[in-house]
Amino acid sequence: MIDAKRRILLKGSIAAGSVGVAVGAGILSPSLVLANWNEAAFSAKSLPDALSSLMGSDATETNDAIKIKAPDIAENGAVVPVTVEMDLDGVKSIAIVASENQTPLIASFDLGESAMPFVSTRIKMARTSDVVAVVQTGDGLFSNAKEVKVTIGGCGG
Amino acid sequence: MSDIRIRARIKDGETEVKCLMNHPMETGLRKDSKTDELVPAHFIQEVVCKLKDEVVMTANWSGGVSRNPYLAFKFTGGEVGDPVEITWTDNLGQTETATDQIS
Repeated sequence: MIDAKRRILLKGSIAAGSVGVAVGAGILSPSLVLANWNEAAFSAKSLPDALSSLMGSDATETNDAIKIKAPDIAENGAVVPVTVEMDLDGVKSIAIVASENQTPLIASFDLGESAMPFVSTRIKMARTSDVVAVVQTGDGLFSNAKEVKVTIGGCGG
Repeated sequence: MSDIRIRARIKDGETEVKCLMNHPMETGLRKDSKTDELVPAHFIQEVVCKLKDEVVMTANWSGGVSRNPYLAFKFTGGEVGDPVEITWTDNLGQTETATDQIS
């Protein structure tokens, strides 16, 4: 009887130990406290990789109903205002990407039922490149892009 | 005093929420110009926006969002006086919440 309990206790401590080892080895980084934050997508080095991780596919269709408002020339790449708006129904999520950044995926917005397909924020851009908006609807993935010329890169490199 | 400033305004049934958060948003890729060492990553990963305890929008961010982030979004179904709540959580597990009433 005592032996059986010891077994259970041992099993428990082995399981806890292996989680600790995984954290220590960097397999599970502490940032994974947020279960929904997509580590693979946000650390991807290319747009297709990021989209595959985030939306399950990198096949996007260009759609001019997606309007990207951003400056033609950004003096300071550290602060580039970007607004994305669209005339599409059933928008589930909007992602904002700076295609030449070291990690291109900047933000992803999951919209609830009452949310309108509109987001506005300010992003960092390493150099002149396209700002890409990728929109997920019930009908698939749509995207549009706008080039922003960057005078001084904004990633502090 | 919270570190988030929110303004929620309703017009023709559409509520527009604008907010500003105080945060360094370090990517972890930037080098300190004096010590030449990488500045550790410290950025907001998740922003949850609620209308009367119901989630309207969840934003997931990388360090590519500018320092002291600005965020604006719109939703329908709100009324004057309804509380809008914004909560951010960063990669170090720090979190901040603020609310405003729709006006």
